[in-house]
Amino acid sequence: MEHIPLNFPFLAAALLVGISFYIIIFKKNLIKLIMGIAMMASGVNLFLVALGYRAGGNAPIYTDVPEGPMVLPVPQALTLTSIVINVAVLALMLTIVIHIYRHTGSLDSEKSRKMKG
Amino acid sequence: MLSKIVRTVANQLIVFILIFGLYVIAHGHLTPGGGFQGGAVIVSGVVMLLVAFSSKELKKSLRERVLSIMESTGALIFVALAFAGIGTAFFYNLLVGTPIFGRIPAPGPNPGDFWTGGVIPLMNLAVGLKVVAGLSAVVLALALFASGEEVEE
Amino acid sequence: MRKVVGLILLLVLVAFLVWGVLLIHPFGYPPSDMDDYIIDNAQEQTANNNVVASVVFDYRGFDTLGEATILFTAVTGVLLLLRTLKRREESS
Repeated sequence: MEHIPLNFPFLAAALLVGISFYIIIFKKNLIKLIMGIAMMASGVNLFLVALGYRAGGNAPIYTDVPEGPMVLPVPQALTLTSIVINVAVLALMLTIVIHIYRHTGSLDSEKSRKMKG
Repeated sequence: MLSKIVRTVANQLIVFILIFGLYVIAHGHLTPGGGFQGGAVIVSGVVMLLVAFSSKELKKSLRERVLSIMESTGALIFVALAFAGIGTAFFYNLLVGTPIFGRIPAPGPNPGDFWTGGVIPLMNLAVGLKVVAGLSAVVLALALFASGEEVEE
Repeated sequence: MRKVVGLILLLVLVAFLVWGVLLIHPFGYPPSDMDDYIIDNAQEQTANNNVVASVVFDYRGFDTLGEATILFTAVTGVLLLLRTLKRREESS
């Protein structure tokens, strides 16, 4: 576990963000676009938590902690905020998709381009 | 509305979920957890009740007026606690050293003491209240809309 | 035409991501000057055993204020949009 080859957790986070880029550029269904945005949020959260890991570290809480170094606490605080904000924005996006479906009658992003009436 | 067995089990389980969620909120300054995490646990208990009973039954107990008052109270208490130490700085921890919640723990690893933490346990309670009221209102509104009811005033 | 432009954009973005992964610090040994100060001094300055909670509510409390505002705004927006939809559907 000393030197994980090629930084494997960062590679997994970059893979998640790359796949979600492909979904957002090439797919037309609105529900698939929202799923792509949620996948990008997961990739960014994984990247933030993997940034602050110290080899052989424990959780940064002083209640009954065993001996050894501690993991960095600031990236964990940023991930907490990011998860809550993603939940709120995802709920708002789904409500707007309900409105678009009632207004135009289809879930295609090409048909809801005109902004009239 | 699901069968009688599911309704009875859900009635019994909601008590334990509520106690566990309040434990995670209240001990947020000693163990991993805090306001946001405990609030999410309680909201998952509310979703379990929403699935077992239909949303028309739950609308009689969780009125929208009560949820709105709870959420605004949580936000106002959070901002009031942030403004309480305005003599030195915004968000100043002014309860360190006083006998309420202000004891300084022994340095290094130690078994936790409950009356530590400064102004942080009170902020945990305010944020927990806000998250529970907000997210359960959103879930209730979406379920009522999907079953074709009138979302009340 | 649209597919060609999309493909070029995707290749540029993936190239940026891979270049970033190759240039980052090795996994497990991060540079940590600010976090060493926070871990050493959090117990006496904030009188708290939980360093993550004291970072969220004391050292970086302003971010938590912004997040509470976003939660409030999103909940208000969802409840408002669902109400308008029911009234318009019943009157048309």
